[in-house]
Amino acid sequence: MRFGIVTFPGSNGDHDALMAVRLGLGQPAELVWHTETDLSNYDCIVIPGGFSYGDYLRAGAIARFAPVMQAVAREAEAGKPVLGICNGFQILTEAHLLPGALLRNASLEFVCDWVWVRVEQTRTPWTTQLAPGTLLRLPIAHGEGRYYVDEKTLAELERAGQIVFRYVDAKGNATPEANPNGSVANIAGVCNVRGNVVGLMPHPERAFDRLIGGDDGLQILASVLAVGLEVVRGRGGH
Amino acid sequence: MPVTPELLREVALTEDEYRRAVELLGREPNLVELGMIGALWSEHCGYKHSRPLLRRLPTSGPQVVQGPGENAGAVDLGDGLVVVLKIESHNHPSAVEPFQGAATGVGGIVRDIFAMGARPIALADSLRFGPLEESRQQYLYHGVVGGIGWYGNCLGIPTVAGDVFFLPEYRQNPLVNAMCVGIAERSALVRARASGPGNLVVLVGADTGRDGIHGATFASVEDPERSHRGVVQVGNPFLEKLLLEACLEVLQTGAVVAMQDLGAAGLTSASAELAARGGTGIELDVAAVPRRETGMTPYEVMLSESQERMLLVVRPEGLERVLEIFRHWELPAVVIGRVTDGGMLRVLDAGSLVAELPVRLLTEACPTYIREAIESEAIRARRAFDLETVPDLSANDVLRALLTLLHSPNIASRRPIYRTYDHTILTNTVLLPGQGDAAVLRVKGHRFGIALKTDCNPRYCLLEPRLGAQHAVAEATRNVSCVGAEPLAITDCLNFGNPERPEVYYELVQAIEGMAEACTVLGVPVVSGNVSLYNETEGRSIPPTPVVGVVGKLNDVRRHVGLGFTGEGKVFLLGPQNATLGASEYLAQLHGIVAGAPPELDLELERRVQALVREAIQRGIALAAHDCSEGGLVVALAESCIVGGIGGRFRVDELVAVNGRLDRTLFGEAGSRIIVQVAPSAEGAVLTLAHAYGVPICELGHTGGDRFIVEGIVDCPLDDLAAIWRDGLRAE
Repeated sequence: MRFGIVTFPGSNGDHDALMAVRLGLGQPAELVWHTETDLSNYDCIVIPGGFSYGDYLRAGAIARFAPVMQAVAREAEAGKPVLGICNGFQILTEAHLLPGALLRNASLEFVCDWVWVRVEQTRTPWTTQLAPGTLLRLPIAHGEGRYYVDEKTLAELERAGQIVFRYVDAKGNATPEANPNGSVANIAGVCNVRGNVVGLMPHPERAFDRLIGGDDGLQILASVLAVGLEVVRGRGGH
Repeated sequence: MPVTPELLREVALTEDEYRRAVELLGREPNLVELGMIGALWSEHCGYKHSRPLLRRLPTSGPQVVQGPGENAGAVDLGDGLVVVLKIESHNHPSAVEPFQGAATGVGGIVRDIFAMGARPIALADSLRFGPLEESRQQYLYHGVVGGIGWYGNCLGIPTVAGDVFFLPEYRQNPLVNAMCVGIAERSALVRARASGPGNLVVLVGADTGRDGIHGATFASVEDPERSHRGVVQVGNPFLEKLLLEACLEVLQTGAVVAMQDLGAAGLTSASAELAARGGTGIELDVAAVPRRETGMTPYEVMLSESQERMLLVVRPEGLERVLEIFRHWELPAVVIGRVTDGGMLRVLDAGSLVAELPVRLLTEACPTYIREAIESEAIRARRAFDLETVPDLSANDVLRALLTLLHSPNIASRRPIYRTYDHTILTNTVLLPGQGDAAVLRVKGHRFGIALKTDCNPRYCLLEPRLGAQHAVAEATRNVSCVGAEPLAITDCLNFGNPERPEVYYELVQAIEGMAEACTVLGVPVVSGNVSLYNETEGRSIPPTPVVGVVGKLNDVRRHVGLGFTGEGKVFLLGPQNATLGASEYLAQLHGIVAGAPPELDLELERRVQALVREAIQRGIALAAHDCSEGGLVVALAESCIVGGIGGRFRVDELVAVNGRLDRTLFGEAGSRIIVQVAPSAEGAVLTLAHAYGVPICELGHTGGDRFIVEGIVDCPLDDLAAIWRDGLRAE
C-alpha cells in the first residue's frame, strides 16, 4: 500500500512518518511537496506534524491554502484514507475537512510526553483493526493541541461517532489528570462524518519500535492496510 | 580618518591594538576596515586570552576525524559514520533578552553542525541562573527555557539532555550554553575551507538587516544588560528549518567546496575564516547582499549578525544546480563574490573598493595576551573553611534534610523543563531525559548508539578551579558511562569573568589545566568548543564554569541502563567510601555555607570506575546505574528509587564508620562514585568485577516495597519523597 506523506515548508514530522511506514510497516512511502496537485497515485495520505509555514497566524492556517490541499480535499471526498497528525490535524481542521479547532494548551506551555489514549471508534480505516476501548501508549509534542468544539457540535460528534481517540489514564479512564492540554471531553482525535479522514494530536509515527519507547502507533498505521487490501481486491474484480 | 578614543571604544580595540593593526597594514585602516578588525580581534572571535591556553588541551586520538578549528569537531563511530559535536555560549544576549537570546543560541549551534554536512540529531543545554525564588531570575529562566524549546521544537531536533544550576553569582550573568550533535557520512564531511580561486561565494538564507551589529564585541565586554540592549538578534526557526534541509541537499550535488555558518561578526568573520583555512583570498560585493532594510552601509552589511544565513563556496559549473535547490526551498541565494589568489579579503560596494585587508591580519595576527594569574585571597580563605565547625546532623533531622535537598532546584526533577522540549521527534530517543544519567539515541540502521550529556559543578569550580574542571570532565564522562556508553570526545564551553583581572585569569589557567589533565587520563580528547569571557557585572564575576559536553558510543544500543531501580535487586556503591561536606549542596542548602575544599579526585580510579560500570552494563550484570554527585549518597539512592518507582531498604553503618559523621556519610559528596543495582544472581559477578578493576565496593541494601528506608535513620513512603522532588523546580 502506497503512503503519500505531504510535506510543507516547516513540516518536521515528515521524516518520522516516512520511517514509521517504511521501517515499522514495511510499506512504500514517499514525501509529497506542498506544490503537488495530484495525489491519485497514493492509496492513503498522511499529513505529518511540524510547524508548517512557521505556524504564522495560527497553526495550520496558511498550509490550508497550499496547492496540495485541494488534492487532499479531492481524495478525501473520494473516500481515500487521510490521517493528520499533530500539525496535520490542525491543518485538516483549518481546511474544514475535520470539525473543531485546536487552541493553545491550557497550560500555555508546549508539552512533550507519553500519554495513553483509548480507541473510541473503529469504523475509520485507521482504527478498523482495533477493538473498541483498546488502550494505546503514544507520544505527544505540541503547544496548540487543545481540541475545542462548542457543546452542540460536541453532541453531534458523539452522536455521529466522530470521536476516535480520548486521552485516558493507564486504567483507561478519561480523567482530567489524564488530559494533557485541556481538550474538550478529553478528545485526542476525531474523524469526518464519513470516517475516512482522521486527525489526532498524539504521534503514532513516533511509536513504531519498542527500542524508542513503544510500537503502539503501528496499530493505527497498520489498520489502514486492511482497507488497502480491500481496495486491491476491488481492483482485481474489474 | 581621525581615530578618536571613542571610535576605538566602539570597535573595542585598545590603542596598542590599533597601532599593531596600522603597523601590519602599513597604513591607517578606513572605517569599514576598522570595524572588521575590531570584530575579529574581539575576544569572542579572536580568542585573545584563551588561545595560548587552549593549546594545552589534548585534541587528538585515534577516533578523532576533525579536531578544533572547524565549525564543529567530528569523531568516528564506525560503519563509515561520524558524530559531529559542538557547544557554544549565548550568555550575553540571553542576559538582555532571554527568550530570543537562547533561541538564537540554538539556531547558531545547529548551523555549525549542518555546515559540516551532518544532520543534527540532538540538542543539549547547560544553563546557569541566580536563585529561582527571585522574580528576575524566574523571568530569565522561563525566557531561556521557552526560547530553547521554541527554536528546537520548531526545527524538529530533539532536546534530550543538559544540566542546570542555580547560584547567586549568576544573578546578573546567566549562562546559556547550547550543544548540538549530528551524524554524517565520514566521506561526506564538509570543511569550511575556501579553495579554488575562481570558485563562487554564495550567500543563502535570511536577508541581512541591522540586527546584531557589534554582537561579537558586545560578547567581549562586561555588564551586558546595561551596555548593549538592542544588539540581540531575533530568531526564525522556520527559515532555519528550510536552510537546514536545503544545505544538506546542495551538498549532495558535489558542487559545494565549503560551507560556513554566519555567526558572530557576520560576513566579515565567515569570509575571513573561509579564506584563512583555505589559504586563499575572497572578494565580496556588498551591493549583491539582499537587505531587509534600506540605506545600509558596507560597514553594517559586513558586521550584521542577522540569523539563519550560510556562506557557501561553489564551483561555477555547479552553480545553477545549487541555486535550483535553494529555489525549491524558497530561500534567497545569491552570488556575492569569489575566491581569489593572494590572501586578501576585498570588499566592494557596487564595484568600488571599500575595504582591503590581508586575511592573515584578521585571523592569525590577532593579538594574544598572557596575563598575570593570582588566586583570589577570598576564595583561598573560603576553601580553607574548617568543616568540623559545622555541627553534625542528628538522626531525627535526616528526613528533613533529605526533603530539603530533594526539593532544591539544583537536585529536583528536571521534568518541568524537559517536558516543554520535544525530545521524541526523529524517533531515535532510546533513553528519555530524566530516565538515565545521559540521553541515549539510536542511529537507524546500525547496531551502535550514542549517549550525550553536559555537566559542570560551579561550586567546585568556584572553590578550586583546577579540581572543579577535573570534576566537570569526570562527572560528564561518568554520566555517559552510567548508561553503558564509552566516552568518545568532549566539546567544552569555557565561561569566565574578565580575564584582565588576575583572579579571573588564574581561574581560566587553572581550569584549562585541570580539564587537560582529566581529559588525558580519561582518554577523551576535546574536539571543539567555545570560550565566553567577560561574564561579569560591576566587578563581580561568575564562578568559573567550564561546561563539558560529552558524546559516548554504545556498541550495542540495546545494552543500556537507566538510573531508576528496576524490580528487586541488590544495590552497591562503587568507588570511594569517604565523602566531604566541602562545596556540597548539603552545606549550601542546610547551612547556607558555600565553602570548604571540593572532593578530591583520583583520575586513575575514575577511569577504572567508569570502565567497571560499562562492563557491568554490557554483560547485563547492572540493572541500573546512577552517578552519585550533588546531594550525596542518600539523595542518589532516593532518585533511583523515585525514577524506578520502587522502594528500598539500605544500610549505611559501614560507611558511617569510615566517615565518622552522619551528615558526611549521607549527604557528603565525592568523585568517582556510582550506585549500581544488580540482579540477585549477579551479586558474585559484580564483586569479582570490582576486585578485578581495583575499585572499592560496598553493599548498600536491596530494592523492593514502596518505602524508602535507611535502617535506623529514615523510614518513609517513597511517594512522599517523589512528590517533593517533582515539585522543586515548579514551586518557585
